[in-house]
Amino acid sequence: MKKSVILGAFAVAGLSAGMAAAGTLDDVKARGQLNCGVTTGVPGFAEPDANGVWQGFDVAVCRAVAAAVLSDSNAVQFVPTTGKTRFTALASGEIDMLARNTTWTFSRDVDLKFEFTGVNYYDGQGFMIPKELGVSSAKDLDGATVCIQTGTTTELNLADFFRSNNISYEPVPIETGAEAVQQYTAGACDVYTTDASALAAQRANFEDPDAHVIMPEIISKEPLGPLVRHGDNEWGDIVRWTLNALITAEELGVTSANLAELAGGTNNPEINRLLGTEGDLGGMLGLDGDWAERAIGVAGNYGEIFATNIGEETPIGLARGLNAQYTDGGLIYSPPFR
Amino acid sequence: MTDTNVSFVRTEQIPPSPPPAAEAGIVKWMRENLFSSILNTVLTVIAAYVIIRLLMGIVPWFANGVWEAGSMRECRDILAGASGACFAVLVDRWDHLLFGFKYPPEAYFRIVIALVLLLVAALPVLFQTVPRKLLLFTGLYPFIAYWLIWGGSLWTPLMLLALFVLTAMVYRLIGEQISTDMRKIAAAVVGLIAGVGLAYLLFIGAGELGFIANSIGTSGALNTVAYGAFWLMSGFTYLFFIPMGIFVGYAIYNSYEGGGLVSVVTALLFLYAALTFVFGPVSDGLASVVGLELQAVASRDLGGFVLNMILGTVCVSLSIPLGIALALGRQSDMPLIKGVCVIFIEFIRGVPLITLLFVANVMLAYFMPPESNFDLVLRVIIMITAFSAAYIAEVIRGGLAALPKGQYEAADSLGLNYAQATRLIILPQALKISIPGIVNVAVGLFKDTTLVSIISMFDLVGMIRGPIQNATEWIGVYWEVYGFGAMLFFVVCYGISQYSQWLERQLQTDHH
Amino acid sequence: MTTITDTPAPASFRLSSLINDTRYRSYTFQFIALVAIIATMAFIGGNLVRNLAAAGLNISYDFLGAQAGYDINQRPISYESTDTHGRAAIVGLLNTLIVAFLGCITATVIGVIAGVLRLSPNWLVRKLMSIYVEMFRNVPVLIWILIIFSIMINTTPAPRAFKGEDATASMWFFDSVAVTNRGVFLPKPIYESGSLIVGIVFLLSIVGIFAFRRYARKQLYDHGKLIPTFWPSVALFFVPAILAQLVLGNPITLEYPELKGFNFKGGMTVRGSLIALWFALAIYTGAFIAENVRAGIQAIPKGQTEAAGALGLRPGRIMNLVVLPQALRVIIPPLISQYLNITKNSSLAIAVGYMDLTGTLGGITLLQTGRAIEAVLLLMLFYLTISLSISFVMNIYNNSIKLKER
Repeated sequence: MKKSVILGAFAVAGLSAGMAAAGTLDDVKARGQLNCGVTTGVPGFAEPDANGVWQGFDVAVCRAVAAAVLSDSNAVQFVPTTGKTRFTALASGEIDMLARNTTWTFSRDVDLKFEFTGVNYYDGQGFMIPKELGVSSAKDLDGATVCIQTGTTTELNLADFFRSNNISYEPVPIETGAEAVQQYTAGACDVYTTDASALAAQRANFEDPDAHVIMPEIISKEPLGPLVRHGDNEWGDIVRWTLNALITAEELGVTSANLAELAGGTNNPEINRLLGTEGDLGGMLGLDGDWAERAIGVAGNYGEIFATNIGEETPIGLARGLNAQYTDGGLIYSPPFR
Repeated sequence: MTDTNVSFVRTEQIPPSPPPAAEAGIVKWMRENLFSSILNTVLTVIAAYVIIRLLMGIVPWFANGVWEAGSMRECRDILAGASGACFAVLVDRWDHLLFGFKYPPEAYFRIVIALVLLLVAALPVLFQTVPRKLLLFTGLYPFIAYWLIWGGSLWTPLMLLALFVLTAMVYRLIGEQISTDMRKIAAAVVGLIAGVGLAYLLFIGAGELGFIANSIGTSGALNTVAYGAFWLMSGFTYLFFIPMGIFVGYAIYNSYEGGGLVSVVTALLFLYAALTFVFGPVSDGLASVVGLELQAVASRDLGGFVLNMILGTVCVSLSIPLGIALALGRQSDMPLIKGVCVIFIEFIRGVPLITLLFVANVMLAYFMPPESNFDLVLRVIIMITAFSAAYIAEVIRGGLAALPKGQYEAADSLGLNYAQATRLIILPQALKISIPGIVNVAVGLFKDTTLVSIISMFDLVGMIRGPIQNATEWIGVYWEVYGFGAMLFFVVCYGISQYSQWLERQLQTDHH
Repeated sequence: MTTITDTPAPASFRLSSLINDTRYRSYTFQFIALVAIIATMAFIGGNLVRNLAAAGLNISYDFLGAQAGYDINQRPISYESTDTHGRAAIVGLLNTLIVAFLGCITATVIGVIAGVLRLSPNWLVRKLMSIYVEMFRNVPVLIWILIIFSIMINTTPAPRAFKGEDATASMWFFDSVAVTNRGVFLPKPIYESGSLIVGIVFLLSIVGIFAFRRYARKQLYDHGKLIPTFWPSVALFFVPAILAQLVLGNPITLEYPELKGFNFKGGMTVRGSLIALWFALAIYTGAFIAENVRAGIQAIPKGQTEAAGALGLRPGRIMNLVVLPQALRVIIPPLISQYLNITKNSSLAIAVGYMDLTGTLGGITLLQTGRAIEAVLLLMLFYLTISLSISFVMNIYNNSIKLKER
C-alpha cells in the first residue's frame, strides 16, 4: 500500500512499456519480505493461531525460506489463498511461492507453467465413515452420499474411483473444511473424503473420534509440495534446496538442539557442506554460507517440523508412514549436498 | 347547612361509571386489535403459536449460554447435555471478530478512534442542522482515518492533503487571479506540454494496439476479426496522434480568455508532477527529520467487522461522485458518451457482485502493468466502487428525471452554461430527491461487503468461516457466531435505514 | 441540458469553433472520448498480453471441449464425469435458472402475503411481519444462506434415523414423503402407455375452466346472473383427469422413495443445498418485496377503499378487485429488480455447495483448468444474458399492465 499504490495509480498515465525483468530473489530481497501463499486454514498445515500467528507444517517451509534468504523467519507475509485463487496469485506475482498442500500433477506443472520444487508431504485421498454404518471397504459405498471439499484434485479422483469400480454415488461439494465436518457429523453425508492427512486432523476434533473410521483404501497419489513460477530457476533452486536442507538435516541428524554445535565444524564433510563450513554451496545459490543453518534454525529439521505440527504427539496425530526418511522405509529423500 | 332538609339535591356530578369491561383498557384493545373478526382471531392464534414456538427454542438456549470456556469441548461438559449456546467463543475470539486476526492488538484503539471520528465527520452530511463548519472536518477526515488505520508516517497523508490544497490554489491562481496576458503565456506553455504529452501517449498507445493485434494473430475467424479491429484502431490512432496533440494543445491555449480549461489542465499537470517528483522525497525527508509514525499496518492485515465497515464507507464515498458522473453521462445528448455510460451501468447491474470480485481477485492483476503492485484490498475497493457507482447512477438518474423540465429551461434562460446549470440548479435538487435511494444502495452495499469472504479475505464472515470454525478448539460452533454477525449487521443497517426513513419524512415537502 | 443554441452565421466555421461553438463542441468531446477509450483499451490490452506472455499463458476456450472429470449431483440434463466442461457449464446454467425460478415465485408469494399482513388490523400479526421484514432486510443474504443451511442440516433427521426398528424419524403422508437433511424425497410419477390421454384430458379440462369462467363473466355482465365459479372450477380441474386415470387403468403411477442402503432411492429428490438456497433467497427477497407491496398498497388513495366499501364489497374483495390491481402498477417495476437480485444472488450457491453456474464453470472447472480469465468472462456473459432476458420479459409485462393514457 502507501506510496507505491498512489504512484501506481498515477503511473497509469505512463503507459509503461516493457516489463521489469528482475528475478524473484532480487524482488524479495528488495522488499525485505517473502510473500508466501498458504491456505485459509487447514489445522496442522497452515492456520492462524489464537494470536493471529500463522502456524503449521506448510508455514514452516515458508519461514525456512524466509530465514535462508532474509535471515528473518518472521519476514513473511502470509497470503491466504483459496483453491480458486492460488494459481493466479502465483502466476501474477502476488506471491513468491505457494506452500498450500498443492498436489504435484502433470497439468499443473506443464500446462499451468509452475515448477514444483519438491514434495514435503506424501498424501493420498481417503474416506472417513461412521463406524455404525459397518462399511469396511470403499467398494461397498454404492449409493452413498459423499461430502467432498472442493478446490483440489479430490473431485476428479472421486469421479474416477467410482467410475472405474462401476458404483454410483451422490457428490456433495463443500467449500470449507468446517462446513464439510458440519454436514458429515450431522449425517447429511455418509462419507467424507479429502486428503487422508486432513481427515485425520479433523477427526481428532470430533466429539467422539472413535465413532469414525478412516478406510484403508487410499484412492490417489497426492504428493504435496511448494511451487514457484516457471522460468525463474534461481528462485526455484532456493526453494527446492531449502526444503532439501531440512530433509538432509534430519537424515544427517542435525537438529535444532545440536545445530549451533555442528555449525562450528564437524568431521562429517556432508554436514560441513550443508552448514557452510566447507565449500560454498550458499554462494552458488546467491546466498551466504549460513543459509541452511538459518533455515534449520527456525523450527528444526524436517522430522522436528513434522513432529511439532502434525506428528503423533499433536492433536492431528499423523504417523510418519510414507513421509519417513528413505532410510526408515519412507519416501522422503533428498539429493546429496555436493 | 342544616341536616333537616330531606329533599336530596346532588351538589356534584356522579363520576362516570367505568365502561363495560369489554369496552375498556386491555380488553378493548385486544378486541379491536387481535380478535376483531374470525379471520383475525385465527391469525392471532397462529402468530402467537409461532412466537411461542420460537421463544421456546431460543430462550433456554440463550439462557443456558456458557460465557466462560476455553473450547467447544469444555462448553459441552459445562452444559452436560442441556441445550445451550457456547458464547465463550465470542469472548475468546472477540478481537478477531471485530478487528481480524492480523491487526496488531495494541493498535485497536486507533480503529476505534477512527470510527468515532467517522460519526463526527458524517454528522454534517447527514443532518442539515449541524453547524456547517464541521464540513471542514469531514473534508479532513479521510486523511486522518487513513493515518489512523494504516499507520505509517503522518507526513504521507499530510503531504497529500497539502498537495490537494496547493492544486486548488494553482487552479484559483490561473483561473482567476492573474491577468489575461499572463494567462495567455501560461496557456501557451501548458498547451504545448499537454499537447506534446498527449501526442506521445497516443503514439505509444498506437504501437501498443499494433502489438496486441500481432499477438492475437489470425488463427481462427474470431481472432481474425479481433486482429483487424485492433489494427484498425492502431491505424486510427497513428493517423490522429499528431492532430490530437495539436488540437488539444490549441484548445488549451485558446481557452486563455475564459480560463476554464487552462486552469483545470494546469492544476492536473501540477498535481501529477508533484505526486511523481516531489511527494515521495519530501515526505520521506520530513519523516526522517520528525517521525510522527504510527505502527504501519498492511491492508492485508485488516479484517473482521472493521474490514466490512472500511470497505462499505470507502466504496460508498468514492462511488457517489462516480455515480453522479455516470448519471449525467447517461442523460447526455452525446451518443458516444451516453453509450459508454449505458453499457457500463447495464453491464455492472447485470452481473453478480461475486463475479466482479472474481475479476478483482483473478483478473485485475493481469490488466495492470507488470511492476505495479495493487494489493487485494485496493483491487476489491476498485471493483466494489464500480459496482455501487452503477447502482447509485441509476438512483440519481431517477432524481434527474423527476426534476420538472422547467428547471432545465429556466437554467438555460438565465444564460447558464451546462456546467453552471448542472452545478447550481440541477444537481442540488436531483441529489436531494435521491438521498433516500442512495442510502438504500449504501445499506445494500454494506451488506454485500460480506461477499469478500468468498475470495479469501477475512472479513466478519470470512473470520467465522475460516479461522474460527476451523480452529481446533471451536470446531462445531455455528449459531453463536452467525447470530453475532447477524446482530452486528442488523444494528448498523437498521440504524441507517431508520435514518433514511426519517430523512424521507423530512424531505417530504408536499402534503397529501 | 441544451444550452443556448442560436449562434450567428453558420457558415463561419473556424478551427476554434470546434471548442467554442456549442454546435460543434459535442463532436469534439466525443472524439476525445473515443480516443480516450482506445487509449484505455491499448493500455489494458497491452498489459494483458504482456502479463500472459510473461506467465507463459494464452487465452483459449479449448478447455470447454475437454473432459470435465467431475460429477454433479443435480442434473437437469444427462451429464457424466466423462462429458465436457462445456456441458458441465450448461448443467450449471440450468441449475441457476431452476433456483432463480423457484426463488422468484416463492419470494413473490411470501412478499405479497407479508406485505398485505403488514397492513393488517391485527396488532400481533402486524408486529410479527415488521420484525420479519426488518430482520431479513438488515442482515446480509450470505449470512442468511449460511444460517438457513445450518438450520436445515441440524434440525432435520439424517436418512439413517429412518432405519431399523427404533427409527427416530418417519416419513410423512403415508410413507410417501421423506424430509431429511440431505433433501426432501418425493414420489415421482411414472408415465406408462395411456398416460398421454390422461394428460390431454387434463389439459382440456384446464381449457374448460377458462372457458367456463369466461362464460360466467359474460353471464354476469350481460344478464346480471352471478354463477359461482370456484367449486365448479375445482371440480373441472380434478374430476375428468381422475376419471380418465381410472378408466384407462391407472396409466400414471407414483414411484415412492424407499430407504435402501445409504439413501432413499426412487422418487424425486429435492436436494438440501437447493432447498437451503431457495428458501434463503425467497425469504430474504420476500422481505424486500413485502416492503414494495406495502408501498404499492399505501399508494392507492384511501378513497378507493372507501368507495369500494360503500359499494358493499367485503374487505377481501376490496383487496383483490380494487386495491391490488391498481397497486400492481406501482409494485411491478421494483419487483423486476428484485427478480434480478434473486438471480444474481443465486451465485452465492457456492457457499452451500449447490452446483449452479458459479459452482461449475466459475468453480470446479476454473479450478481444474486454471483458465481463470476465460471462465470468469464467460461466467459474466452468462449472467448478463440471464439478467437482460429477465428484464426484457418483465418490461414487456410491465408495459402491458401500464395505465393506458388516452
